[in-house]
Amino acid sequence: MTQKAIEISNVTKKFKQAEYNAVDNVNLTIDEGEFITILGSSGSGKTTLLKIINKLYEPNEGTIKLFGEDIAHVDSVQLRRSIGYVIQQIGLFPHMTIAENVATAPKLLKWNKKAIHERVDDLLNLVGLNPSDFKDRYPSELSGGQQQRIGLARALAVDPKIMLMDEPLGAVDAITRLHLQDELLRIHGGLQKTFLLVTHDINEAFKLGNRIVIMNEGKVCQFDTPKNIVANPADEFVSSLIESSRNQGKFWEGLG
Amino acid sequence: MENNIWLQMKDYFNNNMDSFLIAIKEHLEISLIALMIAIIIGIPCGYVCVKFKRLEKQIVSLFQVLRVIPSLAVLLLLIPVMGTGVKSAIIALVLLAMPPVLMNTVVGLKEVPDFMVESAYGIGMTEKQVLWKVQFPLAMPLIFTGIKTAMIEIIASATLAAKIGAGGLGGIIFTGLGLNRTDLLLIGGITVGLLTIATSLLLELINRTMMKYKYVR
Ligand SMILES: Nc1ncnc2c1ncn2[C@@H]1O[C@H](COP(=O)(O)OP(=O)(O)OP(=O)(O)O)[C@@H](O)[C@H]1O
Ligand SMILES: [Mg+2]
Repeated sequence: MTQKAIEISNVTKKFKQAEYNAVDNVNLTIDEGEFITILGSSGSGKTTLLKIINKLYEPNEGTIKLFGEDIAHVDSVQLRRSIGYVIQQIGLFPHMTIAENVATAPKLLKWNKKAIHERVDDLLNLVGLNPSDFKDRYPSELSGGQQQRIGLARALAVDPKIMLMDEPLGAVDAITRLHLQDELLRIHGGLQKTFLLVTHDINEAFKLGNRIVIMNEGKVCQFDTPKNIVANPADEFVSSLIESSRNQGKFWEGLG
Repeated sequence: MENNIWLQMKDYFNNNMDSFLIAIKEHLEISLIALMIAIIIGIPCGYVCVKFKRLEKQIVSLFQVLRVIPSLAVLLLLIPVMGTGVKSAIIALVLLAMPPVLMNTVVGLKEVPDFMVESAYGIGMTEKQVLWKVQFPLAMPLIFTGIKTAMIEIIASATLAAKIGAGGLGGIIFTGLGLNRTDLLLIGGITVGLLTIATSLLLELINRTMMKYKYVR
């Protein structure tokens, strides 16, 4: 039987001075090994939801359980060390080399030097960047897309069971993007991890997710498999999303 | 006349090399001690300001007031309280050097972007680790600028310390003023100038080696 990896129950977050709930009564149950994508317009609460899961924000209401354990009772530092998190702004440390950046979490867990060294090489290879070429560079010497790949490698470093990724491929060019999407699928399938990936790109959401969360104005509009969503859009917003993607397809067919 | 000054200066170095070197040593000593104390107090104060926003206004405005008081006034004001000597001089210099160190620490820490701090917490750093591994290193360039400003101010103002019997290169200058001897004024003044340049070059060198990432390409 598959275990429930993430259970989000009635979670609401309202920022001080805000008029609306950034996250509004969200309920999601995610099994271990699922690849969930979160799709939604700007400001719909995707980032906020991820930050609540790793306790960077505290919800005003509701509970979150990871593998059955209420995170309210887990030490935040321990919790975050067991979750991989790629932030939307990439957030590489500019004063550390690429190798040091990737090694951050293993160092916090006091791995030995040799293990860290090998892990860094493996991870750089995994995200398609030649270790000997990139290890000693600083983040400012990398392109935006390369930085994002390092961000991904850094989050994967200690092999976390749950990965939260906030638009991890936003700055990657279309071709590398397709390649990295396949990489992500491979990493996910090979390691039996639970992935939560936020994206603006509807194609990416439908390609990667075995189930998709569609958010609008803090609420979850629909949470289902790609097929069911296309067959039965839950509301106007979901239909318009699918419609916009279809129109794009037609545009390309028109050109061909 | 000009020849005369050169001869006089040469003469001074021939006869007084020892006391000249001692003056430099004294000058550097009180300057470095004052700078160290200013750093040891200023940086934690800056951190406290950033961490407890309520205290910031009070501490910062206190030091802004201190900054406006001229160094000579601080020195003279301290005499009745502390008496004359090295201790008073150092205290005065510390008071002078604190504002740039403290203010730059505050600005430096504040300029670290929120997402960078969040990224550090997200990886699983404790508050202490975030401070030492991310916030301070990223604030360092600005803190260093503050230290450099403080150092330059201290070395210049330490000249006045001779007035309250703390020795240093000021002694040579004040003697020159008293005896109306241009050679001594020149020697004292130029040496203070050179010391300032040398120490700021040294600090810049340290800055560049420590903050290598800022200067790649
Ligand atoms: N730290 C904060 N303080 C106050 N309001 C915030 C904060 N973070 C986010 N918000 C607000 O909460 C709402 C949801 O923001 P969130 O960042 O979760 O959106 P998002 O779905 O990630 O958007 P995007 O796709 O643009 O990244 C927005 O209205 C935003 O302005
Ligand atoms: Mg976001």
